[in-house]
Amino acid sequence: MSIAIPSFKVETRSGTSSLAALAAFAGLALAIAAPLVVSRGVVQDLFFILTTLVLAQNWNLLAGYAGLISVGQQVFVGFGAYAMFGAVILAGLDPIAAILIAGALSALLAIPTAFFTFRLQGPYFAIGTWVVAEVVRLLLAQWKALGGGTGTSLPRDATRDMIGVDLIRDLFGMKAAAASDALTYWIALLLALATIGFIYRLLRSKQGLGLAAVRDNEQAARAVGVDARRMKALVYVATAFVTGVAGALIYVQKARISPDAAFSVTDWTAYVIFIVVIGGIGTIEGPIVGVVLFFLLQKLFADFGSWYLLVLGVIGILVMLFTPRGLWGLFSDRTGIQLFPVRRTLIGGPPAHTPKGGPNG
Amino acid sequence: MSIIDTIVQGVLLGGLYALFAAGLSLVFGIMRLVNLAHGDLIVLAAFLILLLSSALGLNPFFAALIAAPLMFVAGWALQYFVLNRTLGNDVLPPLLVTFGISTVLQNGLLEAFSADSRRVSIGALEGASTGLGPLNVGLMPLITFLSALTVIFGLNQLIYRTALGRAFRATSDDIVTAGLMGIRPQRIFAVATGLAMVVVTIAALYLGTRANFDPTSGPSRLIYAFEAVIIGGLGSLWGTLAGGVILGVAQTLGAAVNPEWQILAGHLAFLAVLVIKPRGLFPRAVD
Repeated sequence: MSIAIPSFKVETRSGTSSLAALAAFAGLALAIAAPLVVSRGVVQDLFFILTTLVLAQNWNLLAGYAGLISVGQQVFVGFGAYAMFGAVILAGLDPIAAILIAGALSALLAIPTAFFTFRLQGPYFAIGTWVVAEVVRLLLAQWKALGGGTGTSLPRDATRDMIGVDLIRDLFGMKAAAASDALTYWIALLLALATIGFIYRLLRSKQGLGLAAVRDNEQAARAVGVDARRMKALVYVATAFVTGVAGALIYVQKARISPDAAFSVTDWTAYVIFIVVIGGIGTIEGPIVGVVLFFLLQKLFADFGSWYLLVLGVIGILVMLFTPRGLWGLFSDRTGIQLFPVRRTLIGGPPAHTPKGGPNG
Repeated sequence: MSIIDTIVQGVLLGGLYALFAAGLSLVFGIMRLVNLAHGDLIVLAAFLILLLSSALGLNPFFAALIAAPLMFVAGWALQYFVLNRTLGNDVLPPLLVTFGISTVLQNGLLEAFSADSRRVSIGALEGASTGLGPLNVGLMPLITFLSALTVIFGLNQLIYRTALGRAFRATSDDIVTAGLMGIRPQRIFAVATGLAMVVVTIAALYLGTRANFDPTSGPSRLIYAFEAVIIGGLGSLWGTLAGGVILGVAQTLGAAVNPEWQILAGHLAFLAVLVIKPRGLFPRAVD
C-alpha cells in the first residue's frame, strides 16, 4: 500500500510581481539617465527622495520587521556624517572612500549602543535610543577639530576632486558642481537599490521568516528555535551600517555640518516615521509610496512652515488609528497586488488551503 | 562647602525632574502606555499658565490652579477618544500616535506662540533665597522640591488608600477581571491620564518660573522624565523621586566641572544605572 505524496512547491513570486519587475527595469533606465536629461535642481530633489527612501526602508526593517521601534536613528545619520567629515578633514581621505568608512564606523557604534538599549523593552527601547543619540550629539559637539557646537564645512575642493567627478566631467561635459551632484545622485540610486534588494532577499530567506515569526510572536518563535535576540541584534547593526552610509552621503552633498542638524530628530527620524506609517509599515512598497507622497506634500506646503509638519503629524495619527497598515496596505488588501511578495504560498497538492496568516509571511 | 552646596542644588533640581516624571510613571504603571508627547504636554501647560497669568494678570500659582482642571479635561479626552484606541498587545500604535501628537503640539505651539523663548514671571519670589542650616538656597527650588514631595505623597495616598486608587491597581493588575467587577477600564484610564495632566500642570508651573522655555523644549523634558523613571525603577513613585534626585545631582556636579557637561553628565548617570541595575534602583513591578 503506498500513498501518493503530492508535490508541493513554496513560492513567493506572483504574476504582478513579474510585471512590476519589467516596469522597474524601464524605470531604472530612466533613473540612471536622469542627471543627463534634467536640471540640477531636479537631480538634487531626486537625491533627497532616494536618501530619504534609504532611511525609511531601514527604519521600516527595524520597526516593521524586527519590532525594534527606534526614535534614535538620527544617531547613525549624524555619526556617519561626522565620521565622513573626520576622515576627509583630518585624514585627508576622498569623500567617496570616507562614506564607506563612515558606514563601518556606524556599524561599530551600533554595538555599544545595543549594549545599552537592548536592556530596555518596547517603548522604553524607543526613548533609550533617543538618549543614546543625545549622548553622541553632546560628545561630538565637544570635538573642537570639527567645529564643536557650531559645526564646520567640507573644504571646497574636497567635493570637486572626488573620485569619478573628473571622469563624469569629461564624459558628459558637465561643470564640476553638476558633476559632483550627478555622482552623489548615482551613489544614492545605487544605495537605494542595494538597500531594497538586501531587505527583499533577507525577507525571502530563512532568516527573514524567522524575523517575521519573532515580530508576530516572540515566545512562539523562540520555542521553535529562532534566536530572537541574535536576529534583532544583526538587523540593528545592519541598519546602522546603511543608515551611516546614507548619513555620510547626505552630508557629502550638503558639505556643511553642525551637531544640531546632523542629529536632528525631526529631519532624520520624525519624517521617516511618518513616511513609513503613512505609506504602510511592514511592507517594502509602503516606504516607497510614503516617500513620494511626502515629497509632493513638502513641495505643496513648503511655504507654510510648521503647518506642514503639523498636517503630517495629524495624517500620521489618523492613519495609525484607522488604517494601521498604511496606504499601501489599504491598496494591497483591495487589489491583492504585491510588488515585493514575501508571503509564502503553497503551490499544488491537496488539501487546498487558503493562505492565512500575517501579510508578509 | 561648595561641593555640598552643589549637591543640595542638584537634589532640589531633582524635585523638578521628579515632577516631570510622576505623570509618566503614573500612566505607565496603570496602562503600560509610554506617552512620547509627555514633554510637549508639559510645555503646553506652561504656555497655558503663561497665557492665563499675562492675559488676566493673575499670579502664576493662581493661574496654575485654573489651568489644572483644563488640563485634566484635555488629558481625559485625549485618553478616552484617542489613546484608548491604541492600547493592546502591540506597542507600535501607542508609540506612533503619541509621537504624532508630540509633533502636532510642537508645531501648533510654534504657530501660536512663535519660536521665542518665554518665562513666567513670579515677581519678588524669583531671586529670593532662604537659609537652610549653613547653606543658602533659592526659595523657588525649595518650593519645587517640597511640591514634588507633596505630589508623590498625595499620589501614593490616592493609589493605596482610596476607591479610585483600588480601581487603578485592579485595572493595572488584571484588566479583564477588573472589568468583571464593574470597573470600566476605559474610564479608569481616562481619569488616570487626566490626573497625570494635573501633575503635568504643577511641573509646568515650576518649569516656566525656573527657566526659559519655548515650543521645542518638550522632547528634552520627556527624556529627563524618562530617565528619572528608569533610574528609580518602573512602578515605584518614590523610586521616581530618587531617580529625579540622582539625575539632578549628576547634572549639577557635571555643570560644576564644565557648564557644557551638565546634560551629558545626567545622561551618563542614566546609562551607568542601566548597566548596573537594568530594572532600576527600586523596581516594584515585573513588566
